[in-house]
Amino acid sequence: MLSKRVIVCLDVRRGILTKGIKFAGNQDIGDPVESARRYYEAGADEIVFYDITASAEARGIFLDVVKRVAEVIFIPFSVGGGLQSLNDMYAVLNAGAEKISLNSAAVKNPGLIRQGALEFGSQAMVVGLDVLQVPVTNSIPSGYEIVIHGGRLHTGRDAIAWAKEVADLGAGELCVNSIDADGTKNGYELTLTRRIVEAVPIPVIASGGAGAPEHLYTAVTEGLAQAALIASIVHYGEYTIAECKEYLAARGVPVRSTW
Amino acid sequence: MLGIVDYQAGNHTSVARALRALDIPCVITNEPAKLQACVGLIFPGVGAAGQAMATLQSSGMAQTLKELVQSQVPLLGICLGAQILLEYSAENDTKLLGLVKGECRKFAQGLTQEDGSKRPIPHMGYNQLNFVADCPLFAKIAPEACYYFVHSYYMQPSKELIIATTNYGETFCSVYGRNGLWGLQFHPEKSGRPGLSILKNFYNYCQEISHAQ
Repeated sequence: MLSKRVIVCLDVRRGILTKGIKFAGNQDIGDPVESARRYYEAGADEIVFYDITASAEARGIFLDVVKRVAEVIFIPFSVGGGLQSLNDMYAVLNAGAEKISLNSAAVKNPGLIRQGALEFGSQAMVVGLDVLQVPVTNSIPSGYEIVIHGGRLHTGRDAIAWAKEVADLGAGELCVNSIDADGTKNGYELTLTRRIVEAVPIPVIASGGAGAPEHLYTAVTEGLAQAALIASIVHYGEYTIAECKEYLAARGVPVRSTW
Repeated sequence: MLGIVDYQAGNHTSVARALRALDIPCVITNEPAKLQACVGLIFPGVGAAGQAMATLQSSGMAQTLKELVQSQVPLLGICLGAQILLEYSAENDTKLLGLVKGECRKFAQGLTQEDGSKRPIPHMGYNQLNFVADCPLFAKIAPEACYYFVHSYYMQPSKELIIATTNYGETFCSVYGRNGLWGLQFHPEKSGRPGLSILKNFYNYCQEISHAQ
Protein backbone atom coordinates (compact mmCIF):
# COMPACT_ATOMS: atom_id res chain seq x y z
CA MET A 1 0.00 0.00 0.00
CA LEU A 2 1.10 3.56 -0.72
CA SER A 3 2.87 5.17 2.25
CA LYS A 4 1.80 8.48 3.70
CA ARG A 5 4.67 10.91 3.26
CA VAL A 6 6.33 13.06 5.91
CA ILE A 7 7.73 16.14 4.19
CA VAL A 8 10.14 18.56 5.84
CA CYS A 9 10.02 22.22 4.87
CA LEU A 10 13.07 24.49 5.07
CA ASP A 11 12.98 28.27 4.60
CA VAL A 12 16.06 29.75 3.01
CA ARG A 13 17.08 33.39 2.82
CA ARG A 14 20.17 34.39 0.86
CA GLY A 15 21.48 30.85 0.88
CA ILE A 16 21.13 30.17 4.60
CA LEU A 17 18.27 28.86 6.70
CA THR A 18 16.11 31.60 8.20
CA LYS A 19 16.34 29.85 11.54
CA GLY A 20 19.09 27.50 12.63
CA ILE A 21 18.02 23.91 13.11
CA LYS A 22 18.66 22.06 16.34
CA PHE A 23 19.78 18.55 15.58
CA ALA A 24 20.65 15.90 18.14
CA GLY A 25 23.37 17.17 20.47
CA ASN A 26 21.89 20.64 20.21
CA GLN A 27 23.99 21.62 17.23
CA ASP A 28 22.56 24.71 15.64
CA ILE A 29 22.95 24.42 11.88
CA GLY A 30 22.20 27.19 9.42
CA ASP A 31 23.51 25.49 6.30
CA PRO A 32 20.58 24.28 4.17
CA VAL A 33 22.69 21.64 2.40
CA GLU A 34 23.91 20.05 5.61
CA SER A 35 20.41 20.25 7.11
CA ALA A 36 18.87 18.60 4.05
CA ARG A 37 21.45 15.82 4.23
CA ARG A 38 20.67 15.22 7.90
CA TYR A 39 16.93 15.11 7.34
CA TYR A 40 17.49 12.71 4.44
CA GLU A 41 19.54 10.49 6.76
CA ALA A 42 16.86 10.84 9.46
CA GLY A 43 14.09 9.48 7.23
CA ALA A 44 12.38 12.48 5.62
CA ASP A 45 10.34 11.26 2.64
CA GLU A 46 10.69 14.53 0.78
CA ILE A 47 12.18 17.95 1.36
CA VAL A 48 10.78 21.31 0.33
CA PHE A 49 12.87 24.45 0.07
CA TYR A 50 11.29 27.87 0.14
CA ASP A 51 13.43 30.75 -0.98
CA ILE A 52 11.87 33.56 0.99
CA THR A 53 14.14 36.25 -0.41
CA ALA A 54 13.38 35.42 -4.02
CA SER A 55 14.99 38.62 -5.25
CA ALA A 56 16.86 38.52 -8.54
CA GLU A 57 20.27 38.96 -6.91
CA ALA A 58 19.70 36.18 -4.38
CA ARG A 59 18.44 33.80 -7.07
CA GLY A 60 21.94 32.70 -8.09
CA ILE A 61 22.91 31.90 -4.50
CA PHE A 62 19.75 29.85 -4.09
CA LEU A 63 20.30 27.88 -7.31
CA ASP A 64 23.74 26.96 -6.05
CA VAL A 65 22.11 25.64 -2.84
CA VAL A 66 19.67 23.56 -4.91
CA LYS A 67 22.56 22.12 -6.91
CA ARG A 68 24.50 21.15 -3.81
CA VAL A 69 21.42 19.65 -2.13
CA ALA A 70 20.80 17.48 -5.20
CA GLU A 71 24.28 15.97 -4.81
CA VAL A 72 23.64 14.70 -1.28
CA ILE A 73 19.99 13.65 -0.97
CA PHE A 74 18.39 10.81 -2.91
CA ILE A 75 14.73 11.46 -2.26
CA PRO A 76 12.47 13.88 -4.14
CA PHE A 77 12.77 17.53 -3.30
CA SER A 78 10.83 20.53 -4.40
CA VAL A 79 11.60 24.19 -4.58
CA GLY A 80 9.32 27.18 -4.18
CA GLY A 81 9.46 30.88 -3.62
CA GLY A 82 9.55 33.62 -6.20
CA LEU A 83 9.21 31.43 -9.30
CA GLN A 84 7.54 33.64 -11.90
CA SER A 85 8.23 32.12 -15.29
CA LEU A 86 9.02 28.94 -17.20
CA ASN A 87 12.66 30.04 -17.18
CA ASP A 88 12.67 30.28 -13.37
CA MET A 89 11.14 26.79 -13.16
CA TYR A 90 13.57 25.35 -15.68
CA ALA A 91 16.49 26.76 -13.67
CA VAL A 92 15.54 24.97 -10.43
CA LEU A 93 14.70 21.70 -12.18
CA ASN A 94 17.94 21.88 -14.09
CA ALA A 95 19.77 22.46 -10.79
CA GLY A 96 18.40 19.10 -9.61
CA ALA A 97 15.00 19.64 -7.95
CA GLU A 98 12.21 17.19 -8.92
CA LYS A 99 9.31 19.52 -8.37
CA ILE A 100 8.43 23.17 -8.49
CA SER A 101 6.06 24.71 -6.00
CA LEU A 102 4.06 27.65 -7.33
CA ASN A 103 2.02 29.84 -5.04
CA SER A 104 1.32 33.55 -5.62
CA ALA A 105 2.54 33.32 -9.22
CA ALA A 106 -0.10 30.67 -10.00
CA VAL A 107 -2.88 32.91 -8.67
CA LYS A 108 -1.66 35.89 -10.68
CA ASN A 109 -1.03 33.82 -13.80
CA PRO A 110 -2.89 30.48 -13.79
CA GLY A 111 -1.62 29.77 -17.31
CA LEU A 112 1.79 29.19 -15.75
CA ILE A 113 0.51 25.91 -14.27
CA ARG A 114 -0.55 24.59 -17.66
CA GLN A 115 2.64 25.75 -19.34
CA GLY A 116 4.75 24.12 -16.64
CA ALA A 117 2.78 20.87 -16.81
CA LEU A 118 3.20 20.71 -20.59
CA GLU A 119 6.88 21.56 -20.45
CA PHE A 120 8.00 19.55 -17.40
CA GLY A 121 5.11 17.13 -16.72
CA SER A 122 2.39 17.29 -14.08
CA GLN A 123 4.55 15.28 -11.67
CA ALA A 124 6.86 18.30 -11.42
CA MET A 125 4.13 20.83 -10.67
CA VAL A 126 3.07 21.36 -7.07
CA VAL A 127 0.73 24.25 -6.41
CA GLY A 128 0.69 25.76 -2.93
CA LEU A 129 -2.61 27.14 -1.63
CA ASP A 130 -2.52 29.62 1.26
CA VAL A 131 -6.00 29.53 2.72
CA LEU A 132 -7.82 31.71 5.24
CA GLN A 133 -11.21 31.00 6.77
CA VAL A 134 -13.68 33.81 5.99
CA PRO A 135 -17.44 34.34 6.27
CA VAL A 136 -19.42 32.45 3.61
CA THR A 137 -20.41 34.75 0.76
CA ASN A 138 -21.59 34.28 -2.82
CA SER A 139 -18.05 34.58 -4.13
CA ILE A 140 -16.53 32.42 -1.33
CA PRO A 141 -19.21 29.72 -0.88
CA SER A 142 -16.90 27.35 1.02
CA GLY A 143 -15.86 29.98 3.56
CA TYR A 144 -12.23 29.34 2.62
CA GLU A 145 -10.44 32.04 0.65
CA ILE A 146 -7.13 31.93 -1.20
CA VAL A 147 -4.71 34.57 0.07
CA ILE A 148 -1.24 35.45 -1.21
CA HIS A 149 1.90 37.20 -0.02
CA GLY A 150 1.96 35.27 3.23
CA GLY A 151 -1.72 35.88 3.90
CA ARG A 152 -1.61 39.65 3.55
CA LEU A 153 -3.52 39.88 0.30
CA HIS A 154 -7.05 38.52 -0.24
CA THR A 155 -7.69 37.26 -3.77
CA GLY A 156 -11.47 36.84 -3.71
CA ARG A 157 -11.02 33.25 -4.89
CA ASP A 158 -12.80 30.36 -3.22
CA ALA A 159 -10.22 27.77 -2.12
CA ILE A 160 -12.23 24.71 -3.19
CA ALA A 161 -13.01 26.16 -6.62
CA TRP A 162 -9.39 27.21 -7.05
CA ALA A 163 -8.14 23.74 -6.04
CA LYS A 164 -10.30 22.18 -8.78
CA GLU A 165 -9.15 24.74 -11.33
CA VAL A 166 -5.50 24.14 -10.44
CA ALA A 167 -5.94 20.36 -10.85
CA ASP A 168 -7.65 20.90 -14.22
CA LEU A 169 -4.76 23.10 -15.34
CA GLY A 170 -2.41 20.16 -14.87
CA ALA A 171 -0.94 20.45 -11.36
CA GLY A 172 0.35 17.08 -10.12
CA GLU A 173 -0.10 17.80 -6.43
CA LEU A 174 -1.51 20.43 -4.06
CA CYS A 175 0.00 21.71 -0.84
CA VAL A 176 -2.80 23.12 1.28
CA ASN A 177 -1.52 25.56 3.88
CA SER A 178 -3.95 26.94 6.44
CA ILE A 179 -2.94 30.45 7.45
CA ASP A 180 -5.26 30.13 10.47
CA ALA A 181 -3.51 27.00 11.72
CA ASP A 182 0.03 27.96 10.69
CA GLY A 183 2.26 28.53 13.68
CA THR A 184 -0.40 27.52 16.23
CA LYS A 185 0.99 24.01 16.78
CA ASN A 186 -2.60 22.95 17.45
CA GLY A 187 -2.83 20.70 14.42
CA TYR A 188 -3.69 20.97 10.74
CA GLU A 189 -6.96 22.46 9.50
CA LEU A 190 -8.66 19.09 8.98
CA THR A 191 -11.97 20.27 7.51
CA LEU A 192 -10.22 22.35 4.88
CA THR A 193 -7.78 19.54 4.05
CA ARG A 194 -10.54 16.97 3.75
CA ARG A 195 -12.74 19.18 1.59
CA ILE A 196 -9.92 19.77 -0.86
CA VAL A 197 -8.94 16.09 -0.95
CA GLU A 198 -12.54 15.25 -1.77
CA ALA A 199 -12.69 17.92 -4.49
CA VAL A 200 -9.61 16.99 -6.55
CA PRO A 201 -8.28 13.78 -8.19
CA ILE A 202 -4.61 14.55 -7.35
CA PRO A 203 -2.59 14.03 -4.14
CA VAL A 204 -2.87 16.65 -1.37
CA ILE A 205 -0.24 17.65 1.20
CA ALA A 206 -1.53 19.08 4.50
CA SER A 207 0.44 22.07 5.76
CA GLY A 208 0.37 24.45 8.71
CA GLY A 209 -0.21 23.75 12.38
CA ALA A 210 1.77 20.60 13.15
CA GLY A 211 2.85 20.56 16.79
CA ALA A 212 2.95 16.85 17.61
CA PRO A 213 2.95 13.44 15.86
CA GLU A 214 -0.78 13.03 16.53
CA HIS A 215 -1.40 15.99 14.24
CA LEU A 216 0.23 14.12 11.37
CA TYR A 217 -2.00 11.17 12.21
CA THR A 218 -5.21 13.21 12.04
CA ALA A 219 -4.01 14.94 8.84
CA VAL A 220 -3.79 11.62 6.97
CA THR A 221 -6.81 9.97 8.63
CA GLU A 222 -9.52 12.58 9.31
CA GLY A 223 -7.97 15.03 6.83
CA LEU A 224 -7.43 12.26 4.21
CA ALA A 225 -4.17 13.91 3.10
CA GLN A 226 -1.54 11.90 1.20
CA ALA A 227 1.28 13.68 2.98
CA ALA A 228 1.95 16.04 5.87
CA LEU A 229 4.37 18.94 5.84
CA ILE A 230 6.33 19.64 9.01
CA ALA A 231 8.81 22.33 9.98
CA SER A 232 9.30 23.67 13.48
CA ILE A 233 8.43 20.46 15.35
CA VAL A 234 11.54 18.85 13.90
CA HIS A 235 13.63 22.01 13.43
CA TYR A 236 13.56 22.79 17.15
CA GLY A 237 14.29 19.24 18.17
CA GLU A 238 10.87 18.62 19.74
CA TYR A 239 10.37 15.39 17.80
CA THR A 240 12.41 13.39 15.34
CA ILE A 241 11.07 12.24 11.98
CA ALA A 242 11.45 8.66 13.21
CA GLU A 243 9.22 9.43 16.22
CA CYS A 244 6.56 10.90 13.94
CA LYS A 245 6.68 7.83 11.70
CA GLU A 246 6.65 5.38 14.61
CA TYR A 247 3.55 7.11 15.94
CA LEU A 248 1.84 6.72 12.54
CA ALA A 249 2.99 3.13 12.01
CA ALA A 250 1.80 2.09 15.49
CA ARG A 251 -1.70 3.26 14.49
CA GLY A 252 -1.77 1.39 11.22
CA VAL A 253 -0.77 4.21 8.88
CA PRO A 254 1.56 2.91 6.16
CA VAL A 255 4.89 4.80 6.24
CA ARG A 256 8.32 4.31 4.76
CA SER A 257 10.26 2.86 7.69
CA THR A 258 13.46 1.64 6.00
CA TRP A 259 15.71 4.37 4.62
CA MET B 1 31.84 2.14 -16.44
CA LEU B 2 28.04 2.36 -16.71
CA GLY B 3 26.48 4.20 -19.62
CA ILE B 4 23.43 6.39 -19.12
CA VAL B 5 21.46 6.54 -22.35
CA ASP B 6 21.06 10.21 -23.23
CA TYR B 7 17.88 11.27 -25.01
CA GLN B 8 15.45 14.16 -24.64
CA ALA B 9 13.09 12.48 -22.15
CA GLY B 10 15.78 11.37 -19.70
CA ASN B 11 16.19 12.36 -16.08
CA HIS B 12 19.78 11.33 -16.62
CA THR B 13 21.38 13.90 -14.30
CA SER B 14 19.65 12.56 -11.17
CA VAL B 15 20.75 9.02 -12.04
CA ALA B 16 24.29 10.27 -12.66
CA ARG B 17 24.34 12.04 -9.27
CA ALA B 18 23.27 8.83 -7.54
CA LEU B 19 26.01 6.85 -9.32
CA ARG B 20 28.54 9.53 -8.37
CA ALA B 21 27.54 9.24 -4.72
CA LEU B 22 28.19 5.49 -5.02
CA ASP B 23 31.59 6.05 -6.69
CA ILE B 24 30.38 4.20 -9.77
CA PRO B 25 31.99 5.60 -12.92
CA CYS B 26 29.48 6.57 -15.58
CA VAL B 27 29.13 8.36 -18.87
CA ILE B 28 26.02 10.11 -20.19
CA THR B 29 26.02 9.66 -23.94
CA ASN B 30 24.03 9.01 -27.10
CA GLU B 31 26.99 7.62 -29.05
CA PRO B 32 26.55 3.92 -29.90
CA ALA B 33 30.27 3.13 -29.70
CA LYS B 34 30.58 4.66 -26.22
CA LEU B 35 27.47 2.83 -25.00
CA GLN B 36 28.78 -0.44 -26.46
CA ALA B 37 32.01 -0.02 -24.50
CA CYS B 38 30.16 0.15 -21.14
CA VAL B 39 29.73 -2.88 -18.86
CA GLY B 40 26.06 -1.98 -18.45
CA LEU B 41 23.49 0.64 -19.42
CA ILE B 42 20.84 2.61 -17.62
CA PHE B 43 17.85 3.81 -19.62
CA PRO B 44 16.03 6.51 -17.64
CA GLY B 45 12.98 8.47 -18.61
CA VAL B 46 10.37 10.95 -17.51
CA GLY B 47 7.55 12.45 -19.54
CA ALA B 48 5.15 10.95 -22.04
CA ALA B 49 5.62 7.76 -24.07
CA GLY B 50 4.63 9.29 -27.42
CA GLN B 51 7.11 12.13 -27.22
CA ALA B 52 9.89 9.89 -25.93
CA MET B 53 9.39 7.28 -28.70
CA ALA B 54 9.35 9.99 -31.37
CA THR B 55 12.68 11.28 -30.06
CA LEU B 56 14.16 7.78 -29.89
CA GLN B 57 13.10 7.04 -33.48
CA SER B 58 14.23 10.32 -35.03
CA SER B 59 17.60 10.26 -33.28
CA GLY B 60 18.34 6.65 -34.27
CA MET B 61 18.57 5.70 -30.57
CA ALA B 62 15.73 3.18 -30.97
CA GLN B 63 17.84 1.12 -33.38
CA THR B 64 20.98 1.54 -31.25
CA LEU B 65 19.16 0.24 -28.17
CA LYS B 66 17.89 -2.80 -30.06
CA GLU B 67 21.40 -3.64 -31.18
CA LEU B 68 22.83 -3.15 -27.69
CA VAL B 69 20.23 -5.44 -26.15
CA GLN B 70 20.89 -8.06 -28.84
CA SER B 71 24.59 -7.89 -28.01
CA GLN B 72 23.67 -8.82 -24.39
CA VAL B 73 24.89 -5.65 -22.67
CA PRO B 74 22.97 -5.52 -19.34
CA LEU B 75 20.28 -2.83 -19.42
CA LEU B 76 18.25 -1.31 -16.60
CA GLY B 77 15.16 0.68 -17.60
CA ILE B 78 13.81 3.16 -15.07
CA CYS B 79 10.19 4.41 -14.99
CA LEU B 80 9.32 5.59 -18.52
CA GLY B 81 12.56 3.90 -19.67
CA ALA B 82 11.26 0.56 -18.35
CA GLN B 83 7.88 1.12 -20.02
CA ILE B 84 9.43 1.98 -23.38
CA LEU B 85 11.23 -1.38 -23.58
CA LEU B 86 7.78 -3.03 -23.83
CA GLU B 87 5.71 -3.36 -27.04
CA TYR B 88 2.83 -0.93 -26.70
CA SER B 89 1.57 1.89 -24.46
CA ALA B 90 -1.96 3.21 -24.16
CA GLU B 91 -0.32 6.58 -23.49
CA ASN B 92 -0.66 8.45 -26.78
CA ASP B 93 -1.48 5.05 -28.40
CA THR B 94 2.26 4.45 -28.87
CA LYS B 95 4.14 1.55 -30.44
CA LEU B 96 7.17 1.01 -28.17
CA LEU B 97 10.61 -0.56 -28.71
CA GLY B 98 9.30 -4.12 -28.36
CA LEU B 99 12.42 -5.47 -26.63
CA VAL B 100 10.32 -7.01 -23.84
CA LYS B 101 6.93 -8.70 -24.23
CA GLY B 102 4.11 -6.66 -22.75
CA GLU B 103 2.32 -3.33 -22.69
CA CYS B 104 1.38 -0.29 -20.58
CA ARG B 105 -2.10 0.59 -19.44
CA LYS B 106 -3.59 3.65 -17.80
CA PHE B 107 -4.66 3.57 -14.15
CA ALA B 108 -8.44 3.82 -14.07
CA GLN B 109 -10.00 6.83 -12.32
CA GLY B 110 -12.43 6.32 -9.49
CA LEU B 111 -10.92 3.25 -7.79
CA THR B 112 -10.14 3.17 -4.08
CA GLN B 113 -7.00 2.22 -2.19
CA GLU B 114 -6.66 -0.86 0.03
CA ASP B 115 -8.04 1.03 3.06
CA GLY B 116 -11.08 2.19 1.11
CA SER B 117 -9.80 5.75 0.68
CA LYS B 118 -9.77 7.55 -2.65
CA ARG B 119 -7.01 6.65 -5.10
CA PRO B 120 -5.40 9.76 -6.60
CA ILE B 121 -3.71 9.48 -10.00
CA PRO B 122 -0.73 9.70 -10.54
CA HIS B 123 0.43 7.00 -8.15
CA MET B 124 2.88 9.25 -6.36
CA GLY B 125 4.96 8.38 -3.33
CA TYR B 126 6.65 5.43 -1.66
CA ASN B 127 5.26 1.95 -2.04
CA GLN B 128 6.37 -1.61 -1.34
CA LEU B 129 7.28 -4.54 -3.55
CA ASN B 130 5.86 -8.05 -3.33
CA PHE B 131 8.44 -10.38 -4.82
CA VAL B 132 7.34 -13.25 -7.02
CA ALA B 133 10.84 -14.14 -8.29
CA ASP B 134 14.44 -13.71 -7.14
CA CYS B 135 16.50 -10.96 -8.68
CA PRO B 136 20.16 -10.04 -8.06
CA LEU B 137 19.22 -6.32 -8.10
CA PHE B 138 17.62 -6.75 -4.66
CA ALA B 139 20.43 -8.72 -3.01
CA LYS B 140 20.88 -7.77 0.66
CA ILE B 141 18.10 -5.16 0.62
CA ALA B 142 15.38 -5.36 3.27
CA PRO B 143 12.33 -6.85 1.51
CA GLU B 144 10.00 -4.34 3.24
CA ALA B 145 11.87 -1.34 1.76
CA CYS B 146 9.74 1.25 -0.03
CA TYR B 147 10.55 2.91 -3.34
CA TYR B 148 9.48 6.19 -4.90
CA PHE B 149 6.90 5.93 -7.66
CA VAL B 150 5.37 8.61 -9.84
CA HIS B 151 3.34 7.37 -12.81
CA SER B 152 -0.14 7.31 -14.34
CA TYR B 153 0.44 4.27 -16.60
CA TYR B 154 1.47 0.85 -15.35
CA MET B 155 3.38 -2.00 -16.94
CA GLN B 156 1.92 -5.35 -17.86
CA PRO B 157 4.79 -7.49 -19.12
CA SER B 158 4.53 -11.14 -20.04
CA LYS B 159 3.75 -13.04 -16.82
CA GLU B 160 6.94 -15.10 -16.69
CA LEU B 161 9.00 -11.89 -16.62
CA ILE B 162 7.42 -10.41 -13.48
CA ILE B 163 9.83 -10.07 -10.54
CA ALA B 164 7.74 -7.94 -8.18
CA THR B 165 4.30 -6.42 -7.96
CA THR B 166 2.94 -3.43 -6.05
CA ASN B 167 -0.53 -2.70 -4.69
CA TYR B 168 -2.29 0.57 -5.34
CA GLY B 169 -5.99 -0.18 -5.39
CA GLU B 170 -5.04 -2.94 -7.84
CA THR B 171 -1.92 -5.04 -8.27
CA PHE B 172 0.52 -4.13 -11.03
CA CYS B 173 4.03 -5.13 -12.06
CA SER B 174 6.69 -2.87 -10.54
CA VAL B 175 9.81 -4.88 -11.50
CA TYR B 176 10.26 -7.13 -14.52
CA GLY B 177 13.06 -8.83 -16.39
CA ARG B 178 15.52 -11.68 -16.58
CA ASN B 179 19.23 -12.14 -17.20
CA GLY B 180 20.43 -8.58 -17.32
CA LEU B 181 17.47 -6.92 -19.02
CA TRP B 182 15.42 -5.34 -16.26
CA GLY B 183 12.79 -2.65 -15.79
CA LEU B 184 11.84 -0.74 -12.63
CA GLN B 185 8.63 1.29 -12.48
CA PHE B 186 9.95 3.32 -9.53
CA HIS B 187 12.95 5.64 -9.25
CA PRO B 188 15.89 3.96 -7.45
CA GLU B 189 17.77 7.27 -7.58
CA LYS B 190 15.01 8.88 -5.46
CA SER B 191 14.33 6.05 -3.01
CA GLY B 192 16.96 6.62 -0.34
CA ARG B 193 19.50 3.97 0.54
CA PRO B 194 17.52 0.93 -0.68
CA GLY B 195 17.27 2.54 -4.12
CA LEU B 196 20.98 3.31 -4.20
CA SER B 197 21.66 -0.33 -3.27
CA ILE B 198 19.77 -1.45 -6.39
CA LEU B 199 22.04 0.70 -8.56
CA LYS B 200 25.08 -0.72 -6.76
CA ASN B 201 23.80 -4.27 -7.27
CA PHE B 202 23.24 -3.58 -10.94
CA TYR B 203 26.80 -2.34 -11.31
CA ASN B 204 28.17 -5.39 -9.47
CA TYR B 205 26.15 -7.68 -11.75
CA CYS B 206 27.46 -5.89 -14.86
CA GLN B 207 31.05 -6.19 -13.70
CA GLU B 208 30.70 -9.90 -12.96
CA ILE B 209 29.16 -10.58 -16.36
CA SER B 210 31.83 -8.52 -18.05
CA HIS B 211 34.64 -10.39 -16.26
CA ALA B 212 33.08 -13.75 -17.04
CA GLN B 213 33.09 -13.05 -20.78
